[in-house]
Amino acid sequence: MELLRFATAGSVDDGKSTLIGRLLYDSKAIFEDQLESVERTSRQLGHDYTDLALLTDGLRAEREQGITIDVAYRYFATPKRKFIIADTPGHIQYTRNMVTGASTADLALVLIDARKGILEQSRRHAFLASLLRIPHLVLCVNKMDLVDYDQGRFDEIKSEFRDFATKLDVADLTFIPISALHGDNVVDRSANTPWYEGSPLLHHLEEVFIASDRNLIDVRLPVQYVLRPKNDEFHDYRGYAGTVAGGVLKPGDEVVVLPSGFTSTIESIDTLDGPVAEAFPPMAVSVRLADDIDVSRGDMICRPQNQPQVDQEIEALVCWMDERSALRQGSKLWIKHTTSDARAMVRDLHYRLDVNTLHRDEAADMLDLNEIGRVSLRTTQPLFFDDYRRNRTTGSFILVDEATNATAGAGMILSH
Amino acid sequence: MAYELSHLRALEAESIHVMREVVATFERPVALFSGGKDSVVMLHLARKAFWPCPIPFPVMHVDTGHNFDEVIEFRDRTVEAVGARLVVASVQESIDAGRVVEDTGPRSSRNRLQTVTLLDALEQNEFDAVFGGARRDEEKARAKERVFSFRDEFGQWDPKNQRPELWSLYNGRVKRGEHIRVFPLSNWTELDIWQYIADEEVELPSIYFAHRREVFRRDGMLLAVTPFITRLDDEEVTEMTVRFRTVGDATCTGAVESGAATLDEVIAEVAATRITERGATRADDRISEAGMEDRKREGYF
Repeated sequence: MELLRFATAGSVDDGKSTLIGRLLYDSKAIFEDQLESVERTSRQLGHDYTDLALLTDGLRAEREQGITIDVAYRYFATPKRKFIIADTPGHIQYTRNMVTGASTADLALVLIDARKGILEQSRRHAFLASLLRIPHLVLCVNKMDLVDYDQGRFDEIKSEFRDFATKLDVADLTFIPISALHGDNVVDRSANTPWYEGSPLLHHLEEVFIASDRNLIDVRLPVQYVLRPKNDEFHDYRGYAGTVAGGVLKPGDEVVVLPSGFTSTIESIDTLDGPVAEAFPPMAVSVRLADDIDVSRGDMICRPQNQPQVDQEIEALVCWMDERSALRQGSKLWIKHTTSDARAMVRDLHYRLDVNTLHRDEAADMLDLNEIGRVSLRTTQPLFFDDYRRNRTTGSFILVDEATNATAGAGMILSH
Repeated sequence: MAYELSHLRALEAESIHVMREVVATFERPVALFSGGKDSVVMLHLARKAFWPCPIPFPVMHVDTGHNFDEVIEFRDRTVEAVGARLVVASVQESIDAGRVVEDTGPRSSRNRLQTVTLLDALEQNEFDAVFGGARRDEEKARAKERVFSFRDEFGQWDPKNQRPELWSLYNGRVKRGEHIRVFPLSNWTELDIWQYIADEEVELPSIYFAHRREVFRRDGMLLAVTPFITRLDDEEVTEMTVRFRTVGDATCTGAVESGAATLDEVIAEVAATRITERGATRADDRISEAGMEDRKREGYF
């Protein structure tokens, strides 16, 4: 059984929490006591129905305000797949939360209220999904019951969104007409939409092909930890442990270690359960090399004929996440990229991107909380990277505030 | 299937990545170990993460003194087999030293006292990263937890002050006196844990499996008869076939009636069950709607 991570985005009113509650409820992932607790709270809040959205509003402040203010992770499984939902808020002031939840997602679920159609926030959510390179996008046109399950309305929304999406980098786009409140096309096919020929949402989530979303071409193993037992049984053992970030590694493969440039071949790829014949993302392994060369954390193992870019000058799109400071030209921060730590300075802020209009403001001289812009960074040591569009692991980084240690920025590298 | 990982292998890889990252970037990590199934899985993952080296950190048990004998015996045996160093942080010692005052009365429990013992032990040993087996599916307030969870010098958790966690990049930078709680099992569900235990043939304390025990009912729970609980006159003792879904303080951990004596039977029961792990059997979460959240703010796990 595979694992699929998906991010949900929607505004307070378009029913995202109800949809998640419905998915959990209908796939029988909700336990009796959780449902009872939600029924009780619904009554306390004065509702005359059981608000499934309450299943996903966890914190005290949220329950009082009635909105979600953080990233919440929900879990359910069907016999076909295990799912992890990154439930994120829809308001623009929580862009950083959406970026966070979306960073590891295989699929993005964007909700549209059928009555209101494509709003600014729908476009923003789709844009962020595209920016974060989520490979699959599903647009759920919700509240179809309130538009009499009208095919014309669904097609109108579909067409408008398609026009907008041509400007984005979206490889796979699916539209599903649903009613989260009544359950139409969520788990079961709805009798109210006989004109709809696609799958219900859950079936789509179970079947969407994700195996080829990873980069299985460019071998990338960032060295995370050096295993050196030095005991009697494993006296000369030296294993370079890390999580495969790209490509497929096999014993016998010729490799080069960056930054030194030393070459060797893979002697063995080890795990506690024995050696493996091949290693691919996201496996966590330990690699032994035939030659006794100097390798340490932060180094990158790759193939001689296919190496990442090596540079101290980095071009990237950065989402600023810190409310206490802003990103400006000259800002100095820590940068963490795969297993490397270095310091970075912002050489230039080229433009701030308006996430609603996609307009570039070249006069902007800073990025505030939740703003996204294109920057040039200079790092204190070279990084070994790929374009984010090619590899989400070797193309991403975080920026850390030197004074507060807060994670201040999230970056996606644009290669030269 | 070519180049595909099952969900358990994917979860395992993610957990190993997290553990290696902590050991590589912190100076004095420690892993909490209670003998419960989650901490047992976590220890198993630690062995995998660092093989063929020994586990490069000690394991710590915050011992309320109110544990089932079977669990203590299991703890000692497991830690020895794995070759790890065990640190026991004793709530009794905290009581004796006047650091905490024990509740009295039939419904008293040492559960809340663990927080002080834990924080004192972390400070004394100068641990800067603490592994815990908590999962996000366990309880509402844990759904928002990060894998690396920042705690201030009082051990406190502020939900408004967590760091965004993107891709698999974990920011563990701390100032002196601060520490990180790390939850490598964040994305595992209860069923995932059980399936993994079955696949990997991991040993568990016997109380997880059906056995005969003297129990009594209180507040809708089945509590074991132990020297640590005072029974009220109207609480009748019966001998039943029960098992425990979680390992915790004997004064507040309830048993469930069950004949599931093997791992397969337990898994079948867990898969079919209608009440969450914590809902059925942990009195400590029932205190208020936001019970867990309040205790996390205080520094409890």
